[in-house]
Amino acid sequence: MFARTVASLAAIATFVAIDGAAAQTANQPPDTMAARVEACTPCHGNKGEGTSDVYFPRLAGKPAGYLYNQLLAFRSGRRKYPPMNYLLEFLPDPYLEAMAEYFASEHPPLPQPAPSEVSKDVLAQGELLATSGDANRNIPACVSCHGPELTGMQPGIPGLLGLRAAYVSAQLGAWRYGTRTAKSPDCMQLVAGHLTEADVTAVAAWLATRPAPTNPVPVPKGTYALPFGCGSQPN
Amino acid sequence: MGLRLSITLLALAALTTAVQAQDKTSDKTSDIIARGEYLARAGDCTACHTASEGRLFAGGRPMPTPFGTIYTSNITPDSETGIGKWSADDFYRTMHNGRFPDGGLIYPAMPFASYTKVTRADSDAIFAYLRSIQPVNQKNKPHELRFPYDNRQLILGWRTLFFSEGEFKPDASKSAEWNRGAYLVEGLGHCGMCHSPINALGGTSQSDAFKGGLIPMQNWYAPSLTSNREAGLGDWSIKDITDLLQTGVSTRGVVYGPMAEVVHNSLQYLNNEDTRAMAVYLKGIAEASAPPPPSSALPTTESSLLISLGKTVYDKNCASCHGTQGEGRPPHWPPLANNQSIEMQSAVNPIRMVLNGGYPPGTKGNPMPYGMPPFAGLLSDNEVAAVVSYIRTAWGNRGTPVSAREANELRSAPLN
Repeated sequence: MFARTVASLAAIATFVAIDGAAAQTANQPPDTMAARVEACTPCHGNKGEGTSDVYFPRLAGKPAGYLYNQLLAFRSGRRKYPPMNYLLEFLPDPYLEAMAEYFASEHPPLPQPAPSEVSKDVLAQGELLATSGDANRNIPACVSCHGPELTGMQPGIPGLLGLRAAYVSAQLGAWRYGTRTAKSPDCMQLVAGHLTEADVTAVAAWLATRPAPTNPVPVPKGTYALPFGCGSQPN
Repeated sequence: MGLRLSITLLALAALTTAVQAQDKTSDKTSDIIARGEYLARAGDCTACHTASEGRLFAGGRPMPTPFGTIYTSNITPDSETGIGKWSADDFYRTMHNGRFPDGGLIYPAMPFASYTKVTRADSDAIFAYLRSIQPVNQKNKPHELRFPYDNRQLILGWRTLFFSEGEFKPDASKSAEWNRGAYLVEGLGHCGMCHSPINALGGTSQSDAFKGGLIPMQNWYAPSLTSNREAGLGDWSIKDITDLLQTGVSTRGVVYGPMAEVVHNSLQYLNNEDTRAMAVYLKGIAEASAPPPPSSALPTTESSLLISLGKTVYDKNCASCHGTQGEGRPPHWPPLANNQSIEMQSAVNPIRMVLNGGYPPGTKGNPMPYGMPPFAGLLSDNEVAAVVSYIRTAWGNRGTPVSAREANELRSAPLN
């Protein structure tokens, strides 16, 4: 009897202790990355799928190395967008790495491509540049670095799917004018420097029409050789 | 033979003693350097003297001021472009009296009005540390100040009005801990640079010290450290204060804006004793003040409409983290009820937090902080004003409603 009472008391004590711990946890935000990156979601979507704002890019499923490089560049101010520069200014490297890993590991479905606003001729010009480039003007094909399926390559080359024409066009413009830069050799600045405004419109429009491939994840590092050196993708 | 051996042994002994003495000296030197590094952290030298993606202490960071842009200087021991030719006396004079070794006047963007309180020993330790870092050959950029502020002689006038030279004098009626805190807050910490009202001449007067003010160019309000109606810490526990200073978060609120930088670059590195001393001092200087009469520029009907819209906006967007009663889930999701930073006279900070969101700094004690989402793109000016009016007046909070115009004006405030 006595032993049983003691056992019951002990059980109650344990129960109370567990309950106390649960109350403590219940009163805290979830200990997850999803809760920690809520500040990113109004612009990039809950899982990094993007939002209705065409200038805010999808983050989900891009290679972690690429996302990490962008976070570092926004933190240091090398890549300029004040709302991003401000949010990241005092966050340490390992945390930015964890954020990059988080969005890289999310795979919400790619959106249905929106109908294009440009003519068939412009789309055809975009397709030609993206898939074959223009050797006479030193323009490599997008697919030669971003992959035959445009899914990107680990660790540093982003996929180009699920991005709206306005975003791609704005970024290519920023590379052309030197307001977006990356580690030397800055391959995208070299490429964009050879593009005309009409090229940018055409390529951005065609990329935005691409449907999701069967396997939309970035290919492993070294799957194919890059046509030239790129600071963001060390060999 | 025996004699020779003895001499050799004696020589060896002498040599050993010399080596030991040398070790002791170098131990002492490395102690001083380590102490200097710690004190340089306490003075937050790196925040200004290191540029983004630049080399440590090589300067070149632009500091926008109402008078033009000042570029910070190279304080590495490079003999051509840094402070390599300076003596410890030169360095002390700069810290203590705001003059270059040649007697030239230093712009008061360098907080020498606070650093003047630093002791000679501490100044020497910081100098020893700066002498020990990697020299960087990088010329200082000339300042871009508008006429007439480009005339350094004007600084003489400023100094007459706002500068009083002198090392910190302990207050014998207070504890050693309080005095240590005062020394750090008033001296190296240079907290008064932001937390005191700044007049049109860019100066702060002693009588207004720590009474709060809008930080020029940044448009953040640095709340008063003496009034419990603002950031006065009089009714905070010592633990909440030390948590805030060391980790950036506490059960009473979190740091954001320019204070996030201070915690990130400086305060998180201070040891427990110094942090506690600062907390004791800060708690001590806060005065309970009578609540000011509520003064809203808005007519009552407009206010009540705003507040009722504000509740709708709050319940939809904010309550999931901050709680239906503004209780939050501290320390990571701060409470809004009884939160001085929400209630204080100036509504600049709560409006900016709603518009731009923000992360507290990542610190040793809180390496993966939770962030507040920016609502600038989701809420109209009217909705921002409404929700800020609501949180300033709900749950017993004693703030006043704000107008859509105030919200709109802060959309263009600089972010960094």
